Amino acid sequence: MIAVDPGLFSSLDPPRLAGSACASCGTVTFPAQAGCAKCTGTDLAQVELADRGTLWTWTVQAIEPKAPYRAPDGGFVPFGVGYVDLGDVIVESRLLGDPARFEIGMAMRLTVLPLWPGPDGSPVVSYAFEPAGGGA
Amino acid sequence: MSTEVAIVGVGLHPFGRHDPGLTGMAMGAQASRLALADAGVSWADIGYAVGGSNVSGKPDTLVGVLGLTGVPFVNVRNGCATAGVALATAANAIRAGETDLALVVGFDKHARGAFAASPADYGHADWYGETGLMVTTQFFAMKDRRYLHTHGLKDRLLAQVAAKAFRCGELNPGAWRRTALSEDEIMQARVINPPLTQYMLCSPSEGAAAVVLARGDRAADLCERPVRLAAVAKRTRRFGSFEVFAPWLPPEAGQSPSVDAARAVFAATGISPSDVQVAQLQDTDSGAEIYHMAETGLCEDGAQQELIDLNDTAPGGRLPVNTDGGCLANGEPVGASGLRQVTEIVLQLQGRAGARQVPRQPRVGFTHVYGAPGISACTVLTA
Repeated sequence: MIAVDPGLFSSLDPPRLAGSACASCGTVTFPAQAGCAKCTGTDLAQVELADRGTLWTWTVQAIEPKAPYRAPDGGFVPFGVGYVDLGDVIVESRLLGDPARFEIGMAMRLTVLPLWPGPDGSPVVSYAFEPAGGGA
Repeated sequence: MSTEVAIVGVGLHPFGRHDPGLTGMAMGAQASRLALADAGVSWADIGYAVGGSNVSGKPDTLVGVLGLTGVPFVNVRNGCATAGVALATAANAIRAGETDLALVVGFDKHARGAFAASPADYGHADWYGETGLMVTTQFFAMKDRRYLHTHGLKDRLLAQVAAKAFRCGELNPGAWRRTALSEDEIMQARVINPPLTQYMLCSPSEGAAAVVLARGDRAADLCERPVRLAAVAKRTRRFGSFEVFAPWLPPEAGQSPSVDAARAVFAATGISPSDVQVAQLQDTDSGAEIYHMAETGLCEDGAQQELIDLNDTAPGGRLPVNTDGGCLANGEPVGASGLRQVTEIVLQLQGRAGARQVPRQPRVGFTHVYGAPGISACTVLTA
């Protein structure tokens, strides 16, 4: 697996997202950034984000987006999009699972999202959240 | 006491789809000439110009067509809020004493279909666009869903707002979409991003709009019924507001820039939101009209259901909103959209709005634009 962007993950297996936390006010951002949007501080350190949260809002991308969107090799298939509340930060994400089951407040967990084959044949991946289910 | 600024002329090149050979700039020139004629002045009289376009070229190029008078000309490019920022810039030039007569023009000619945005233009890395997260309509749908959920409003309200927009479009000879649609037709149309169907989303379109501003003491000489630009304000987003093209937001909620811009114009005028008799709000989708009613202070969160059920936001209602059909019935040439709003309020306050005229001669109007990546501009206009 290769991450679609080197800054997104602190670990790919198991998947964990990398953010940043402000040393002055504790504000957490995703992805990591160099300045704090809340207090204007510039001392930010990388942190690992929670891999579980709750669905804050969602939709489905029912029609194929224009470029720079890149469809998978098999062609465009509608996909879920949402924001997941991880406690310290609410993260925008692709969603996996049946949209008919999506509901604000439902438990979600982080997973990897295969995108397309990389130069060496191994998949290029991004992140997604999926319903955590009762027994997970 | 600060210098008064008035609108003494308006001009609109119809929004919609036009001949492929008709450029955005040519539409901008036409709107400018219409506004100058409406004010009864010539381009040579204009001492300061501001132009806005998102994709159709550098507005100051217009001097080559309108006349090389040497006039100072500022270009503005602030997304959907472009025209509001352009108007504020020109008004400030008058207040600063640079001129007593200014022209503001906005134009755009967009390709069909949803807007395509470049991640780099908004400070994002390529993954954000490549993985399909950088789509404006997703944001509209997700903000709508969150808002409706939080305030206990029903999805059908989205169709009610769109149906009202097309009813207004039917009454507006200059509108792009002039066919009324039922709520059921709107609900059952093609889903783009649930809960939004195609008729709940505005389409990028083509068009231009222009206004002539004058220093208050000259306005009465130029215009029988000048409309006072009582206040104009623009704001960027603050921490915690939920904005388009945002990979993250903090758990602590913040106010949108629309809240700040609206408060600023009301505070500057002493006019209260409850005094507004006709309003133009950014309705990039029908949900945006719903939450912008509350963000601008025109109603409480959650009160929209009753207002809309009572037809209070229709031209004959207590709080008419987007009487010209708004973005939903006119489409959005981004650089021109805010000046279309101002033009409509001017026509309403002057009693020139034809079949969609708000009754009882309104005297207080309000406009609001909102755009990516989280910017808003508002005006209060008075007869």
